[in-house]
Amino acid sequence: MDYETLKLIWWLLVGILLVGFAIMDGHDMGMGILLPFVGRNDLERRAIINTVAPHWDGNQVWFITAGGAIFAAWPLVYATAFSGFYWAMMATLWALFFRPVGFDYRSKIKHPAWRSTWDWGLFIGGAVPPVIFGVAFGNLLLGVPFHFNDYLMSTYTGSFWGLLNPFALLAGVVSLGMITTQGANYLMMRTEGDIYRRVRTASLIFAALTVASFALAGYWVATGIDGYMIVSAIDPNALPDPLAKTVEVAPGAWMHNYAVYAWAKWVPIAAFAALAASILFSRLHKAGAAFWSSSLACAGIIGTAGVSLFPFIMPSSSDPRSSLTVYDAVSSHLTLGLMLGATAIFMPLIVLYTSWAYKVMWGKVTTEYIAANDKSVY
Amino acid sequence: MLTEELVDLSRLQFAVTALYHFLFVPLTLGLAFILVIMELTYVITNRPVYKDMVRFWGKLFGINFALGVTTGITMEFQFGTNWAYYSHYVGDIFGAPLAIEGLMAFFLESTFIGLFFFGWDRLNKWQHFMVTVLMAVGSNLSALWILIANGWMQNPVGAEFSYVTMRMEMTDFWQIVFNPVAQAKFVHTVSAGYVTASLFVLGISSWYLLKGRDLEFARRSFRIAAGFGFASALSVIVLGDESGYTVGESQQTKMAAIEAMWETEPAPAGFTVFALPNEAEMRNDYALHIPYVLGLIGTRTLTKEMPGIKEIKTRNRERIESGIQAVTALEALRKDHGDQAALARFEQHKADLGFGLLLKKYIVDVSQATPEMIQQAVDDTIPRVAPLFWSFRIMVALGFLFLLLFSLALFYSVKGTFIEKRWLLHWALWFIPMPWIAAELGWIVAEYGRQPWTIYGVLPTHLSVSNLTPANIYGSLAGFIGFYTVLLVVELYLMTKYARQGPSSLGTGKYHGETAGGALPAGAPAQKI
Repeated sequence: MDYETLKLIWWLLVGILLVGFAIMDGHDMGMGILLPFVGRNDLERRAIINTVAPHWDGNQVWFITAGGAIFAAWPLVYATAFSGFYWAMMATLWALFFRPVGFDYRSKIKHPAWRSTWDWGLFIGGAVPPVIFGVAFGNLLLGVPFHFNDYLMSTYTGSFWGLLNPFALLAGVVSLGMITTQGANYLMMRTEGDIYRRVRTASLIFAALTVASFALAGYWVATGIDGYMIVSAIDPNALPDPLAKTVEVAPGAWMHNYAVYAWAKWVPIAAFAALAASILFSRLHKAGAAFWSSSLACAGIIGTAGVSLFPFIMPSSSDPRSSLTVYDAVSSHLTLGLMLGATAIFMPLIVLYTSWAYKVMWGKVTTEYIAANDKSVY
Repeated sequence: MLTEELVDLSRLQFAVTALYHFLFVPLTLGLAFILVIMELTYVITNRPVYKDMVRFWGKLFGINFALGVTTGITMEFQFGTNWAYYSHYVGDIFGAPLAIEGLMAFFLESTFIGLFFFGWDRLNKWQHFMVTVLMAVGSNLSALWILIANGWMQNPVGAEFSYVTMRMEMTDFWQIVFNPVAQAKFVHTVSAGYVTASLFVLGISSWYLLKGRDLEFARRSFRIAAGFGFASALSVIVLGDESGYTVGESQQTKMAAIEAMWETEPAPAGFTVFALPNEAEMRNDYALHIPYVLGLIGTRTLTKEMPGIKEIKTRNRERIESGIQAVTALEALRKDHGDQAALARFEQHKADLGFGLLLKKYIVDVSQATPEMIQQAVDDTIPRVAPLFWSFRIMVALGFLFLLLFSLALFYSVKGTFIEKRWLLHWALWFIPMPWIAAELGWIVAEYGRQPWTIYGVLPTHLSVSNLTPANIYGSLAGFIGFYTVLLVVELYLMTKYARQGPSSLGTGKYHGETAGGALPAGAPAQKI
């Protein structure tokens, strides 16, 4: 396979891993966000937590593998983004600390204060990462202040607080809305009674919030944000060297792909349609269809960000030629090919055994079940 | 600007978080297989006590595993956040095993651990046994890929530098996978994990035996731990990490430092049991020497010579001088990819590029390096001797004590008299923390012994860090220490609580302190020990 094709496939694969993360880890993070609000007593909260108890750990590996894949396929992006967004990454990491211990330790001690502490811990572990990832995507669309020296050592010249600008915060709201909807739709499938009624309301509210914030963000990108454009000739098969190109800032450049590629507009359209379907199915009490709709919405929303930026991954606002793109931030031909092979072998297996695990554990988790299995469930 | 303060802080943060993560890894690696053995016994014999054993030790496994996951994510993040230049420079090689680890191993382990805990009532016993096996295989495969990545840092094979992309690029994946250093590390590390878990089970079981409670449960657990532990302790010594020490130059340097071997000795070299290494004068005070032993351990032959520190330094001086040519040629090439004279010079000296980069710690334009700077760089190539010398000796001594303990435990298990050997039970109980000490010291030997490099001979540590301000690292380091302290307190509290409760925490009504039978009725005074 030629280098150009591999570079494009890896753009797609990183996208797929991020979407996989949003669908899978997204639904248990969404569970964490809703937990303190839709669970009104300890038994209810335990029922909610136990809908994801056997699965949260496997789901979290989507996140870890997406990180590992970015390291392997786009090492410069991994290096520049993680070190540049230092405090955002630390906040994400520390928020994630609350998840494994929250899940596993919460019900091992009976004290109400102990349990309530970990419930809020699960809330933090569910809410903070999606907000930060949304904010990060917002900043990618705005451009990030960094540059390389001759040794390709990156220096980030912005601040943490600079990341929290109005547009990026709006992107954070989109992300939070999307993940919470995903969690609510999952909980609709696995709960009943009062909890079911509450998560259904949450599903309707958060899907509507996602539609509104996503539409507003799209309007903002189209009219108020300058995009980036490579103006020198691109040799897609060249050895990656981010300093070899010329990049210009141009108003409306993020809409360029929608003008050039006829299929591109279907990505945001799919996002809106899927969110509308999620609302419709929630109203009709079709929990499964709602869940798949919001999963499609995750793909549409993440895809919209990716298509708008393409071929950029991480544009530099302070030194545009240092911008990282799918052509020049990548690993070697050999590594990309090897990693594609590994993904082609293992990804189908992962989907297969994950599905089996869900099938084995499927069914409504009720408060009666929790009370009867006090010592063996979370 | 990459100041020394920044580099030291970044290293400190990595060391703190890695050593902490490694408090949880060995127990996971080993306990997973002990659970497999117990469950296999259950599915074959159908005796419920074995199922209870899997579930009880599984509970402790879960408490430990939660923190392993928590602290493992830190390790992955940290390459990007704090070692950005490292991530760029070697990501083409180093990223691949990490990503494959996720795809092949971590997904497997994490998906099946959920079924392990919650699938008891939904799977038949053979299905559940398979789940446990896959979980154990997943956790050990995970170690394999991480150690392949780490082995490459020690002995960077199958890769080449490209001046266009300004990084190392993979040339041969299988050479990286079958790197002898990586393979030796894998066997040694997982064996150490098995010892850790065996002693954990042995020690806690001993405590029940000493208390005279849950006797049948404890006796069977003790036997399994004794057998598995004996095999593992043997493996950890025989297949010790030093089997890889002859392979690469980095390992030779490490070996010389571990042994405080200043001079090259005629083969086979002697082993220094005790000495006070004197770094300033490059000699040992009060050395106690056993002839031949080191040469045998280190080279597995009687004839191969092992270089001493002084000889290694002489070799490295030449490489640094050649490396200056490589660095200046590279810098000319970065300005103009078409500079043929620079390219020819670069190709000639390319193998020593990393050694030239060592001088960057002292001067930006390495062609202006003074003889003093070169001398400093030469001295830098040898890690400090005393910490390695002692870490290694304590680790090895502990290794032999583990073998002795497990030999006795196995011997009396076979004889069936171990319950009477209260001194043995006490020993096992008080020795529970020791494998952790040995494992942490092993990490120090392996990683501190690699200094001043992150990738031996390729990338110096001081160039590998992210270009941040020290204030950032002070802040994050404080955060880590705060979080990790709280988490450790919580973990130890729960671990102790459940270990004390013992199998009664399963709520089956059969065990100590439960009203419906068991060794002792509730509220009965515990037997004095």
